[in-house]
Amino acid sequence: MVSKLGVDIEVTGLTKYLGEKVLYENFDLKIARGKITCIFGPNGCGKSTLLNMMAGLLTPDAGQMRFGTEVRSSGRTKTIQKKGQKSSTNNSRNESPVKIGYVFQNYRDALFPWLRAAENIEYPLLSAGLSRLQRKARVETLIHQFDVGFDLSRYPYELSGGQQQLVSIMRALSTQPNILFLDEPFSALDYEATLAIRDKLQEVFTATGVTIVMISHDLEEAVYLADHILLLTKRPTRLAERVVFEAQRPRTLKTLSEPAFVSTKAHSLEVFRREAS
Amino acid sequence: MQYPRQQTTEQPIQEKSYLSNFSTKLSPFLVANTGTLVFLFIWWLVTALGIIQAVLLPTPIATFSSLWAGITSGDLLLDFWLTLYRTLYAFVIASILGIPLGLLLGANEKLYKSFEFLIDFFRSTPATAMFPLFLVVFGIGDFSKVAVAAFAGALVVFFNVAYGVMNTRKTRIMAAKVMGVPKWRVFVDVIFFETLPQTFIGLRTAVSLTLVVIIVAEMFVGSTNGMGQRIIDAQQVFDMPGMYASIIATGVMGYGLNQFFLLTENKFIHWKGQ
Repeated sequence: MVSKLGVDIEVTGLTKYLGEKVLYENFDLKIARGKITCIFGPNGCGKSTLLNMMAGLLTPDAGQMRFGTEVRSSGRTKTIQKKGQKSSTNNSRNESPVKIGYVFQNYRDALFPWLRAAENIEYPLLSAGLSRLQRKARVETLIHQFDVGFDLSRYPYELSGGQQQLVSIMRALSTQPNILFLDEPFSALDYEATLAIRDKLQEVFTATGVTIVMISHDLEEAVYLADHILLLTKRPTRLAERVVFEAQRPRTLKTLSEPAFVSTKAHSLEVFRREAS
Repeated sequence: MQYPRQQTTEQPIQEKSYLSNFSTKLSPFLVANTGTLVFLFIWWLVTALGIIQAVLLPTPIATFSSLWAGITSGDLLLDFWLTLYRTLYAFVIASILGIPLGLLLGANEKLYKSFEFLIDFFRSTPATAMFPLFLVVFGIGDFSKVAVAAFAGALVVFFNVAYGVMNTRKTRIMAAKVMGVPKWRVFVDVIFFETLPQTFIGLRTAVSLTLVVIIVAEMFVGSTNGMGQRIIDAQQVFDMPGMYASIIATGVMGYGLNQFFLLTENKFIHWKGQ
């Protein structure tokens, strides 16, 4: 079951312009299934844009993406967009059994404040057509999985930042997605909440085997969580290096002082310094 | 030596705590109403000293007894009700027209842009300038007054709703999209709720505006009843206490409507400002 849930991603020939500037040109990327992949790179290299294109929130100017066995997003030429082509893209998107979860950096803007925390978590299931009982059962499972100790019948704005981001993660996982995208999920949180949530994320990952793709602005955090660290260059963005870190899970605070961790982090920092300047 | 000292220290403390107890009970009322009480006192003082002639400014007592007489005899209540009825009638029409149009144009930025000049033009045109036109179209009856007020209110509702839709937080829409929620559901489940706070601002502004237009229409556009007519009738016969009483009653209506909307707003849009 562990290996079934997560799927791999392959991006080929991805091209994206920002106005006149080239952000990505003929960019290729592979993301292994059932692994945690962290993306790290200099400011403005388009990490979020890459994530949004993979999640289908942004349309690339060219290129192809494959999720597991299916092609989900095909590129379009910048000027001409045929009607037929567009609808066929939409069709393949709708029929797709590959499910995506997405956690935004700014939980305050991403959660629905008019719904209670539990209703937020249920919302993706509601639009997927699940019955009330099924939804309740799924939320119960998630509460158990994440060992939630606060009241989910409260509204998001009544919760702390860490609790809100936890609710966001639970919402993203409620449909049991094959891939979970996280865009700097800890950058708006205090250190205590970050430690707690990233360990819960690791636990849930170990239990489910979902493919996780996360953007991080903190190299220590990236190496701590990741199996693969993708180091990107500055614009036009290329993949500088794929660093593999295979320490055992669950990783703990002890991992942070192990020689393998220290050397991986040092090496990544060196690559980053070289490519960012 | 010690005994008297104890007494002197204890007594003021007792007195103080009694006083502070009294003032904590009274202070919220005082904080909220001192301004009003001072205003009423100055009003009374000015009339009692004869600084302003009674023809221009009657005493508070004469005014409030006139108000009381109007209420007990029922004729002020009838006018009050008629004005309230017209205002709410106009407001309902304004909402029925303004909300769907605002949602529609707010969601289609190109469509909104193409109407932008027209919208700004009519928003800047005083609604009262439209009276003659509406009189021609709807006749001299009650409905032409309601129609002008509804027109003015609908523009305000429309503008606020459209503005609200255009300024929805993109992250929440993206969050719903990435869940695979169909477009119409994003609109109903996310954009509509995102727009609610701004919609309520529009509704609150619109109800105040429709009241203004209705009062003016009642004064000058061939009316035989309503608070506007009542105020101007009292002025014509120099019934100053009656005029002031009617002005106060109209103020109560405006204040009440505004408070009602604020309370509804705070109850339904609990997430506002969070």
